[in-house]
Amino acid sequence: MEFRTHIMVCAGTACVSCGSFNVKKVLEEEIKKRGLDKEILVVATGCQGFCAQGPIVVVQPDDIFYQLLTPEDVPFLVEEHFLKGRPVKKMMYTPPGEKTEIPTMSEIGFFNKQRLIALRNKGLIDAEQIDDYIGRNGYNALIKVLTEMTQDDVIKSIKDSGLRGRGGGGFPTGLKWEICKNSKGDLKYIICNADEGDPGAYMDRSIIESDPHSVIEGMLIGAIAIGAHEGVVYIRTEYPLAIKRLETAIEQAREYGLLGKDILGKGFDFDLRIKQGAGAFVCGEETALLASIEGKRGMPNKRPPFPAESGLWGKPTNINNVETWANIPWIILNGADRFASIGTEKSKGTKVFSLVGKINNTGLVEVPMGITLKEIIFDIGGGVPNGKKFKAVQMGGPSGGCIPAELGDTIIDYDSVNATGAIMGSGGMVVMDETTCMVDVAKYFLNFTQAESCGKCTFCRIGTKRMLEILQRICEGKGEEEDIEKLQELAAQIKDSSLCGLGQTAPNPVLTTLKYFRHEYEAHIRDKKCPAKSCKTLLTFEINDKCIGCGACARVCPTKAITGEKKKKHLIDQAKCIKCGACFDICKFSSIDKN
Amino acid sequence: MAKLSIADLEEIRNKVKKSTLLREGSFNAKITVHMGTCGIAAGARTIMNTLIQIIEESKRNDIIVTNSGCAGFCSKEPMVTVELKGESPVKYSSLNESKIKKIFEEHVLNGRIVAEYALAIGNEREP
Ligand SMILES: Cc1cc2nc3c(=O)[nH]c(=O)nc-3n(C[C@H](O)[C@H](O)[C@H](O)COP(=O)(O)O)c2cc1C
Ligand code: SF4
Ligand code: SF4
Ligand code: FES
Repeated sequence: MEFRTHIMVCAGTACVSCGSFNVKKVLEEEIKKRGLDKEILVVATGCQGFCAQGPIVVVQPDDIFYQLLTPEDVPFLVEEHFLKGRPVKKMMYTPPGEKTEIPTMSEIGFFNKQRLIALRNKGLIDAEQIDDYIGRNGYNALIKVLTEMTQDDVIKSIKDSGLRGRGGGGFPTGLKWEICKNSKGDLKYIICNADEGDPGAYMDRSIIESDPHSVIEGMLIGAIAIGAHEGVVYIRTEYPLAIKRLETAIEQAREYGLLGKDILGKGFDFDLRIKQGAGAFVCGEETALLASIEGKRGMPNKRPPFPAESGLWGKPTNINNVETWANIPWIILNGADRFASIGTEKSKGTKVFSLVGKINNTGLVEVPMGITLKEIIFDIGGGVPNGKKFKAVQMGGPSGGCIPAELGDTIIDYDSVNATGAIMGSGGMVVMDETTCMVDVAKYFLNFTQAESCGKCTFCRIGTKRMLEILQRICEGKGEEEDIEKLQELAAQIKDSSLCGLGQTAPNPVLTTLKYFRHEYEAHIRDKKCPAKSCKTLLTFEINDKCIGCGACARVCPTKAITGEKKKKHLIDQAKCIKCGACFDICKFSSIDKN
Repeated sequence: MAKLSIADLEEIRNKVKKSTLLREGSFNAKITVHMGTCGIAAGARTIMNTLIQIIEESKRNDIIVTNSGCAGFCSKEPMVTVELKGESPVKYSSLNESKIKKIFEEHVLNGRIVAEYALAIGNEREP
């Protein structure tokens, strides 16, 4: 019997960690109990992108969107919606600050402003069923390439589409393929970079979890174009679910003869293997990645020679990012023109971003190039929570920079983002509000790059350490007047004297925060104050005249720093105060000033 | 599983087309069975089961069936609403197995409204 309804249960990493497998199990049990198991199918999909609202369930064909489900919700849901046909309002999504629920997914702002290419199958297929992918035109692009196109046609198509690498560098993909195709050598390799080391970024993980075949098909097409017969997906061990789904997908593709010898009877051979990386950020850099695949320590090497000429085992190698690969089948099927019609003059197509930080709709979004930062943060992201002010957004992770709220009209486009001092990067977007200290942000990212530096170059190894020490001092109120100058000097030297992108970009978070938020550095250094009231050591807690002497603060203070008679104004002994903030949080009368 | 040819791949695509269209929410005909407590008591489940079966037999993959709550005319249950793409929805009432088969044949497959069973044409917005 055919199923009349498909219940799409999100089984992305975030929803799984909130218990979506349990929800799925109870759904299946309840549906069976009600005798609906012959007409309603429960499907596990990849990440729907709206991870903050997980576990998420979408009911098709009616497009009803349920969120934050627990196993306890399920029996009622099954009885009401699936038996009696009454969608359950209280499990639907209500936008922050509004009162009415939005029943369907397509009416929710988070979804309907997006434009899906790389994530085209998101939530529509079971990632572990190759037939589901095939049903959504999967492997049609491969057929087209095998039957109608020459290698040069494929390369021309990718070039015409204007696709640029989504791994951060933004190098034109078609051109890269052409260089590799024209490199001498009969043995060539194709690599998918799924190292994804940027803190807070999970676009690539999500693409592999929700649609692994789109990456495999993209790699097949790339292999045909450059004449490679072996491919490697380099993926970090910390992505167990993505690895499992990719393994299943490779297995299924092999069974169908879509990988292996004589693919689809057209005489082309290609096979794929997975190499698990240990999760060092620097191993995402392409030459370090190659070293790691070869079993060496993951350290960058000098370029040229570029991998396209001499890569894995010294053979011409083409490396692209997960998202880049996932775009390829769509371009082949829908045409370079259609892809190029989306976006700006020099940045075509779409980009996937992970929205995190001080934002209402944390999650994964795919947007057309040319959209403004404000549109992403407010229209899709739902703005900043708790009525706080939007202050800045960090793009490009530790290699990128902070773009201040005043530049919110900046469009998503490689050149426009670069002009701010940040970079497009691989798609991490960390939103900050007025309570975020920009010196602290710079310190956070520098701390990351400092720890991840491979140590080969002196400036990257020691220069970042010295910068970090200065930032630490500033945050502790021990900053000195020359510190800003020292930071700038070190930054310039590190940029100039580092071999790889890690070192060359490591100072960017410091430089951009200095550019746009210099006054915050100065306040820390000169006034020993943190304007965002975030750096603990620079804060003072004082009790004002509103105090009614209830004693609540004195009871929570861990160091007994607060004294005072009942019903009289209390006092904080600054020498004893460790600035934990407990008194501030507990006081009901706004009698404690934090400054 | 033997290695596939291009034709085999096309076959798989057709086989799963129905699922694909259903999930995409793209269809040419949508039949809604009203399944409130009253509808179920009056036999809406039989109507649903019959529909699922005859849709399958028709081999059409662009017809979907779904359920909704009580339509507010409990005495006239079981009821369905048939909606062809681009046309106003039509409500049918007091159905049984043979009536729903006729409606499917005439209206859903051939686009001719079965006036004798029709309750109303058009839709008072569903909640
Ligand atoms: C320190 C460092 C880390 C990188 N990490 C990644 C990564 O995690 N994923 C990725 O695709 N590219 C990463 N890159 C960029 C790669 O070196 C390479 O440019 C990219 O994989 C090429 O693919 P694309 O052209 O499709 O973007 C990193 C670069 C540097 C310098
Ligand atoms: S710049 Fe840093 S990470 Fe890159 S090779 Fe040099 S030391 Fe290693
Ligand atoms: S901030 Fe913490 S340590 Fe300081 S007075 Fe308040 S409760 Fe006590
Ligand atoms: S993991 Fe479920 S929406 Fe992202």
